[in-house]
Amino acid sequence: MLPENKTVALFVTCLVDAMRPNIGFAAVKLLGEIGADVVVPDGQTCCGQPALNSGALDDARKVARTLIDAFKGYDYVVTPSGSCAGTVVAHYPELFKDDAKYKPLAENLAARTYELTTFLADVGGWNKTDVSYDGDCAYHDSCSGLRELGIKQQPRKLLQNVSGLNLKELSEGGTCCGFGGLFSVKLGEISTAIVDKKSDDILTTNADTLLGGDLGCLLNMAGRLSRRGENIKVYHIAEILAGMANVAPIGAGEK
Amino acid sequence: MSGAPNNLFTYDKPTCHNFSENAHDALLDKNLQTQLSRITREGFQQKRKNAMDRLDEFDILRDRAKEIKSDVLKNLDAYLEIFEQNVIAAGGKVHWAASANDAREIILKICQDHNAKTVTKGKSMVSEEIGLNHYLEQHAIRAVETDLGEYILQLKNEPPSHIIAPAFHIAKSEVEDVFRQHHTNLDSGRDISEPKQLLNEAREILRDDFINADVGITGANMLIAETGSALIVTNEGNGDLTQSLPPVHIALSSIEKIVPTLEDASTLLRVLARSATGQDITVYTTFFTGPKRTPDLDGPKEFHLVLLDNGRSTTLGSEFSEALRCIRCGACMNHCPVFGSVGGHAYGWVYPGPIGSVLTPLMVGMDEAHTLPDASTLCGRCEAVCPVRIPLPKLLRRHRVRSYDAGKQSLLAKIGLGAWVFVATKPKLYHSIAGFKVRAWKMFAGKRTRFSWLPFLGGWTDGRDFPAPTGKTFMDLWKQKNK
Repeated sequence: MLPENKTVALFVTCLVDAMRPNIGFAAVKLLGEIGADVVVPDGQTCCGQPALNSGALDDARKVARTLIDAFKGYDYVVTPSGSCAGTVVAHYPELFKDDAKYKPLAENLAARTYELTTFLADVGGWNKTDVSYDGDCAYHDSCSGLRELGIKQQPRKLLQNVSGLNLKELSEGGTCCGFGGLFSVKLGEISTAIVDKKSDDILTTNADTLLGGDLGCLLNMAGRLSRRGENIKVYHIAEILAGMANVAPIGAGEK
Repeated sequence: MSGAPNNLFTYDKPTCHNFSENAHDALLDKNLQTQLSRITREGFQQKRKNAMDRLDEFDILRDRAKEIKSDVLKNLDAYLEIFEQNVIAAGGKVHWAASANDAREIILKICQDHNAKTVTKGKSMVSEEIGLNHYLEQHAIRAVETDLGEYILQLKNEPPSHIIAPAFHIAKSEVEDVFRQHHTNLDSGRDISEPKQLLNEAREILRDDFINADVGITGANMLIAETGSALIVTNEGNGDLTQSLPPVHIALSSIEKIVPTLEDASTLLRVLARSATGQDITVYTTFFTGPKRTPDLDGPKEFHLVLLDNGRSTTLGSEFSEALRCIRCGACMNHCPVFGSVGGHAYGWVYPGPIGSVLTPLMVGMDEAHTLPDASTLCGRCEAVCPVRIPLPKLLRRHRVRSYDAGKQSLLAKIGLGAWVFVATKPKLYHSIAGFKVRAWKMFAGKRTRFSWLPFLGGWTDGRDFPAPTGKTFMDLWKQKNK
C-alpha cells in the first residue's frame, strides 16, 4: 500500500483517452486498490512522442511542456503505457538539457513518473487475490517499456495473482510487434510483415488471449490478428487485473 | 533476379531514396523471405544467445569493449601515429587515403607498379564502400573474390546484402545454378547439390588464382597500434591465402579500426565472433605484421596498409561519433525486425541495417539517405545486442532531427504535425476536439467495432483492421462521473 497523503495523478495517454477509456478506468481502480486517491489533471494531452520520433524537437518540447505543467506537484504520475512513460523518463531530461527553466522540471517529472505495472508491483505492492480470468494468456513485452524502463517481471508478478489465468511465454518475447508509432502508417507494409510474424508467434502458444501494457502495440496486433480472422481476445493488462475484462476485447466484433 | 530486390545499388549509385519501394519488392520475394527467416531468426539470433549463455562475463566484456573503442576514438590521432610508426618499423608502408577516390588510386598505383593482372581479395566491406573491384576492372586488373559468399556475388554481379554473410539472401539451390552457369568447363553431370560440394568446387576454381595472383588485397578487422599488426577473422581461411601467397599484400582498412594493444584486440575478439555468428572464436584469426622476414617461410615481399578516412574524421567530431565504435559484427541487423523483413539490399547502400542507417546518411548524404533513419521502429533491440553498446536508436533519432530540420518531411506530414501540436498544447481545445472526433468516429462506425479501411491510414489498413473507438473519451467519461 502507498503511504497516506501521497498524491497520485493518472496520465491517461492520448491513445487510451480516445480509443479505450476502459483501460483508464481500470488503472484508476487498481491505483485505488493500493490506497491512492487518483487525480486526473485536466491539462494533460499527449507526451509528445510522435513529434520526438519525427525529429521535430521544438514541437516535441511544446507538447512536453504542456504535460510537465499539467503534472506539477503530484508525488507520483502513473500511466498505463511503457512507451509514454519511457518518453517522459528516458527522453524528457535530454530533450530539455538546454532549457534552463524546464530542465529541472523535466528531470523532476521523470523521477516521479511510473508505468502502471511497475508502480503497482514495485511501489504500491499490489497483491489483490480475488481477481480471476479464465484463459491461456500470451504476454507481449512492448519494446520501450522493456528496454527503456526494464519492465519484464512486474506484469508477470501481478498476473500471478489472477486465478484461472495461465501465462504462456512467446518464443520471441523480446521482438518488436512492428508498431513503432508513425512507422506503422509511414512504412505500413513492413510494419504489417513484422506484426504478421508476431501473430504467428502468438498463435504458436495456443493462447486464447493476448495481453500487453501498451495500447499502441495491442491495437497493432489486434488489427493484424483480426484481419487474419484469428479468434483471439486482446486486452490491456490493467483490464484483467482490475477485473474489468467484461467488455468486448480490443478490435473484436463486426467490421 | 530472384533473391534480391530489383534495381540493386552500386557504391556510386545508392538506392536509399527508394527504400519503401525496395522494401516492397523484398517483401514479395519468396526466396529472400525464406532465407531471412532461416538465417536471421533461427540462425544468427539463436546462435548468439547460446554463445552468450555459455559465457557469464559476456556483459562485462561488452563494457570493456566499449571502453576500449571509446578510448581509441578519443585518442585516435595518437594511436594512428603509433600504429604507422610500428608498421614502418616492421617493413611495411602506410598510405593515408582521405577519400574513396584516394584509396582507389593508391591501390591501383601499387598494382600497376607490379604489373598486376590478377588480384585476389579477401572479404572487405571497406572495398565495397570504395567500389574497388569495379575500378580495378576498368583498369584491366581482374579482381577475384575468394570468400565463398563474395565469390558467388561476384558471379551474380550483386553487392553484399549483409556485412558478415554477404550472400545470405541466396539459397543453396540458386548457388548451384550460378556455378553451373559460370563453371562451364566442368562436367555438367557432376553432383553439386550439397554445400560441401559447392565449397570444394569453388576451392578448386580459386586455387589457381590464389597461387598466381600478383597482389592480394584484404580488409582488416583490427589494426593493433603497439605492434603495427593488422588482423583478419575468417571462417574459410581464404584471407590467409590472399594475404600470404602473392608477392604483394595490400590491407585496406578504415581509421577507426585501431586498437591500442594485443590485449585489447583479444578482448574485442571475444565479443566479435560471439555477437556475429555465435562462435566462441572464428575458425581463422590471422595477425600480420609487415612483409615476410628472413626466417619466415611464407608471406608477401611487400606489405602496404591503406588507411581510409572517407568522412570518418568528420563523424568523429560530430554527435554521431559513437557509431565509430562499431566492430562490424552484424548483430544489430541480425536482430532488427525491419532488416529481418526486407533484408540488406533494400537499404540501398553498402552498410545495411541499423548501423547502416546511421552510417549511410553520413557517407552518401541526407538527400539520398533521409529514408533510412525512418526505417526503424526504434524498438532498441540493436542497442541491446551491440557488443560495443552503440546507442543506435539515439543516433537514428538524431538523424531524424537533422532530416526534419533539412525539410525532408512531406507537406502533408508537416501540416499534420503542425495542427496536432497546435491542439496538443491547448488542453481545453484538445479535449473538446478529441471528444468530438471520437464521437463522430463512433457514429461513422455505427455497429462496427473495427475498420478495414480508413482515409489517410491506408498504410495501416492495407494489412490490419483498425479497432474503432468505444464511444466517448476517457476525459469526457471521467468528468461525467465526477460531476
